[in-house]
Amino acid sequence: MSELKVTAIKEGTVIDHIPAGKGLKVIEILRLNRVNGGVLLLAANVSSGKLGRKDIVKVEGKFLSEEEVNKIALIAPNATVNIVRDYRVAEKFRVSIPDEIVGILRCPNPNCVSNHEYVRSRFHVEGREPLKLRCHYCERTIEGDEILGNL
Amino acid sequence: MDWKGRDVISIRDFSKEDIEFVLRVAERLENELNEKGSLDYARGKILATLFFEPSTRTRLSFESAMHRLGGSVIGFSSAASTSVKKGESLADTIKTVEQYSDVIVIRHPMEGAARLAAEVADIPVINAGDGSNQHPTQTLLDLYTIKRAFGKIDGLTIGLLGDLKYGRTVHSLAEALAFYDVELYLISPELLRMPKHIVDELREKGVKVHETTDLEGTIPELDVLYVTRIQRERFPDEEEYLKVKGSYRVNCELLKSAKESMKIMHPLPRVDEIHPEVDKSAHALYFRQVFSGVPVRMALLGLTLGVIE
Repeated sequence: MSELKVTAIKEGTVIDHIPAGKGLKVIEILRLNRVNGGVLLLAANVSSGKLGRKDIVKVEGKFLSEEEVNKIALIAPNATVNIVRDYRVAEKFRVSIPDEIVGILRCPNPNCVSNHEYVRSRFHVEGREPLKLRCHYCERTIEGDEILGNL
Repeated sequence: MDWKGRDVISIRDFSKEDIEFVLRVAERLENELNEKGSLDYARGKILATLFFEPSTRTRLSFESAMHRLGGSVIGFSSAASTSVKKGESLADTIKTVEQYSDVIVIRHPMEGAARLAAEVADIPVINAGDGSNQHPTQTLLDLYTIKRAFGKIDGLTIGLLGDLKYGRTVHSLAEALAFYDVELYLISPELLRMPKHIVDELREKGVKVHETTDLEGTIPELDVLYVTRIQRERFPDEEEYLKVKGSYRVNCELLKSAKESMKIMHPLPRVDEIHPEVDKSAHALYFRQVFSGVPVRMALLGLTLGVIE
């Protein structure tokens, strides 16, 4: 059985230790799959000592900001980010949940104004473990699967 | 805290000091009003009341408060008569109305609408109820009523009765009471229990909270019984409403076991949850509570307009 090799990238960002099955969601949240974007590589179900199985996302020619990357902490709280320059890891950090989540999560409250008016969704982080968010507009709190279901 | 230009959106934005300050100003204004009949702090100022959802009581109370301060009022009392019907966004309505006024009071069926309005407007916005979320001025007038009746809030045992699930007045009031040293009884049918996140929050803040369905057994414990209507219009399902309709009725018989000093409050309107015979008893505080809306809203209008300090 042949082993799938994922090409190393020269310049860009590697997001590692994403829970298996969440790689596509990471790509979606960071909008990495735009047609005019850089080369994008997804390795899914890779063996991992820490996670058993994990996904890895590599994006060439793009250096994601820390804020951009931190958005993925909502679905991959243990992910690590490697900034690659000239095939070497120039910088490495773990994601962390920002104090505010703007524009990436839909409020599950159907009567929340953010689902009806032209406004970006906005949540304040009230707790990190477990993750608890409060909608800036309707003030409803959401946790766990409800967060994942509305990403 | 500089109140001039401040928005009043959620009781969550308030500190205990803020609340106490508003209550003190309201008391000062009530006394002044009793002395002089009318005041002129807001002469030349215009209040816009934007009621996208009907509410006679809250709207009239704000209008009365503005007139008592010497200001004037424009506005509408239903979205049907506005450009919203033509598809205008809330943001555009607010940006338009702020050209005509100095302060906006908004009631809207959507949760978060007042927060959005405040972000759009450069003039102060006061939330007069957004869906089942917040009704901060009602909460302030409730606290004011309790304080006027008992001379304090700390140390009281307060029962919240009825629709604790959809009732925004009890949500805000419970959150505000968490600032005080009170014991809370949450009395409701199982179907209409206070949302878990609010109960958890109250407990996290150290409030002693009891959840029960038993009104009769709880009555003797209470200093205040805050009754709410079971709001048919908030139920997504009529059948669910019919299951809990008329769950509690406060009457003179029930009140025999209450402390003599126990007071009954209600944000009104009531349907059948308090028998009219209770109105004449010394327990009834709900009409006095209605009056409290005027000085409290005078205080908020005056402070946010910057005409009262």
